[in-house]
Amino acid sequence: MMQFGIFTVSDITTDPTTGRTPSEAERIKAVVAIAKKAEEVGLDVVALGEHHNPPFFSSSPTTTLAYVAAQTERILLSTATTLITTNDPVKIAEDYAMLQHLADGRVDLMMGRGNTGPVYPWFGKDIRQGIPLAVESYALLHRLWREDVVDWQGRFRTPLQSFTSTPRPLDGIPPFVWHGSIRSPEIAEQAAYYGDGFFHNNIFWPMEHTVRMVELYRQRFEHYGHGRADQAIVGLGGQVFMRKDSQAAVREFRPYFDNAPVYGHGPSLEEFSAQTPLTVGSPQQVIDRYAAMRDHVGDYQRQLFLIDHAGLPLATVLEQLELLGGEVVPVLRKELAVNRPAHVPDAPTHAGLVAAAGGSKDATVYAAADDVTGASPEPAAAATTGRER
Amino acid sequence: MTADGGTPDRSGPRRLAVVSSGLREPSSTRLLADRLADATARELRRRGIDVTVDVVELREVATDLTGMLLSGFGSAALRHAIDTVTTADGVIAVTPIFSGSYTGLFKTFFDVLEHGSLAGTPVLMGATAGTARHSLALEHAVRPLLSYLRAAVVPTGVFAATEDFGRSAGTADDDATSLADRVERGAYELAEMMASRGRRSAAGPVDPFALTADFASLLNPEGAADSRP
Repeated sequence: MMQFGIFTVSDITTDPTTGRTPSEAERIKAVVAIAKKAEEVGLDVVALGEHHNPPFFSSSPTTTLAYVAAQTERILLSTATTLITTNDPVKIAEDYAMLQHLADGRVDLMMGRGNTGPVYPWFGKDIRQGIPLAVESYALLHRLWREDVVDWQGRFRTPLQSFTSTPRPLDGIPPFVWHGSIRSPEIAEQAAYYGDGFFHNNIFWPMEHTVRMVELYRQRFEHYGHGRADQAIVGLGGQVFMRKDSQAAVREFRPYFDNAPVYGHGPSLEEFSAQTPLTVGSPQQVIDRYAAMRDHVGDYQRQLFLIDHAGLPLATVLEQLELLGGEVVPVLRKELAVNRPAHVPDAPTHAGLVAAAGGSKDATVYAAADDVTGASPEPAAAATTGRER
Repeated sequence: MTADGGTPDRSGPRRLAVVSSGLREPSSTRLLADRLADATARELRRRGIDVTVDVVELREVATDLTGMLLSGFGSAALRHAIDTVTTADGVIAVTPIFSGSYTGLFKTFFDVLEHGSLAGTPVLMGATAGTARHSLALEHAVRPLLSYLRAAVVPTGVFAATEDFGRSAGTADDDATSLADRVERGAYELAEMMASRGRRSAAGPVDPFALTADFASLLNPEGAADSRP
C-alpha cells in the first residue's frame, strides 16, 4: 500500500491576485483546517515544515501536530522537514516520542538539514558543517530511542552520561524516520545505512536528480543488508494545481507561480512544469503524470503534494484537497497497485512496525527512586504490558 | 594530471572550449574569441596535437542562467554549455568590459559552475572594450575571478579595444605590440600548457551524485572503529 498526503512549508505569503497577506494567527489556523480536511477527503499523511525565520510560522511543529492529532483520528502526522542540524537531537527524541504517545503512534518524521544560512548561527551551529551535523545528531537520536540509558560523546553537543530520554517510544517502537535530501549523496547513504526511508523532495528539481538519488539509496540499502534494492522505502514530493478545465487551472495558478517564493520570477510555468513534477491542469493530467513516477524511481511508498503555498487562499486549498482526495488519489491508488510486486513493502506505519517487532511492549524506564518522595515505584507496568493496540 | 590521478595522456586529441559573453551578433568579443581559438588550435597542431573547438555563446543561455540562479537548476542547453566548459582540456574566456569589469552575464556563468570544476584547467582570458583605458580590467577583475576558481590562467591576457581591429603590426613609432602579436603570445602560452598537461576531457564531467565516502567514514571522520546501528 502506498501513502498519499500533503506537505506544507508553512509560508505566510501575500496573495498576488489580491495583495492581501494573511496574519500568522490566520495561517496557523488555516493549516489546522487543511490537515483536518486532508483526513476528511481520505488522504493518509499530513506533513509540516519547520522554520525559524519569517515568512514562516512553523517553529514548533510538535505543538501544531499534537493539536491536529487531537482533532483527527486516522491521518498520519509527519514533518517536512525536522531540522536535524540545528535542533538538539535530545529534544527531538523527547518531543517526538511525546507526540507519538499523544497521537497513538500516528507519527513519523522526515529529517532535513535546512538551507537557510543564518538559522545555523542562531542555534550555535555552522551551515558548512551541515552533513557532519546531520550524521552525528541522527546517530545520537537513533540511540536515544533504542537504548534506555545512553552514554555519548560527540563534536557538536555536550556529552551525555547516564541519560534516559523520556518518554520512551510508544510500545517500544521508535517513530519511523525518512531522510530528505535533494542532491547530497551522503544523506541517501545515511538513510540506506540505517534502513530508514529516503524522501526525495523533487518539487523544485528535474527528474534526473530524483532518479540518481533514489537509485543510489536503493543500491546502498541493499549493500547494508536491509533487503533488496526494490524493497527500500522511497518517498517523493509533488506539486499540483487543478481545475476541471486545464486552461482554467493554468490561468488561475499562473500569478501564484510567477510570484512564488523560491522559484518565482525565474523559469516560466511551462518550463518549470516540463522539468519538475509541477502539474497544473485537470485531475486527469495529474493522474497521468503521477502514475508514471514509478517508471522513473520504481514502486515507492509515499507521495506527498505541496498544495498550500505561494499565497493561495484557504478556500482554494480546500477545493484542491477535494479534487485530490475525491478524484486523483483513489485512481492513483488503483493504478499504482497494479503490477506492484508482492515483495515491495507497504508504506511504514506504527502498527506495521509493532507487528514486525513481534508485538507491543511497555518501554517505560522507572527510576530507582523518585526525587520527590525518595520511594521506589511499584512495578505497575506489569499489569499493562501486552495491552491491546 | 588526470581526473583519476593516473598517468597523463599527453598524446591524444584535446578539447578547447571557448566562452564568449558578447551581447550583439556578431560581436567584437566573439571575433576576438575566434582569433584566440584559431591561433591556439594552430599552435597545438604545430605540436602534432589534434584539437576540437567548442564555442559557448553565453547570449544563447542568458535566460537559462537567470533561471538557474533563481531555481537552482539549468535547462538542457545550459547544462550542455556547462559540461562543455568543465570537461575541456583548455578554455578561452572572453568578455566585453562593462562599467570597469566583466559583464554580469560572464560572471553569472562562472557563478553557477560546481565548486572546483575548473580547478587546474588552463585558461586564456580575453576582453574587448571601446577604448584601451579599460585594458587593466583583465588583471583586476577577470584574473582574480579565474584564480578564485583555481583555473591555471596563462600570463598573457589579450585585450582588444575597438581601434585595435584597425591596426596592423608594430610601426616604428609605436612600441606597443599589436593585437595580432598579443593573440599569438596568448595562444602560444595556452597551447604550451594544454600540451604539457595531457587530457582531462576523457574523464567526463564531475558527477555531483557520486558517493565519495561510505557511511563508516562519515560517522567516524577520524577513523575510529565502525559501529553498526
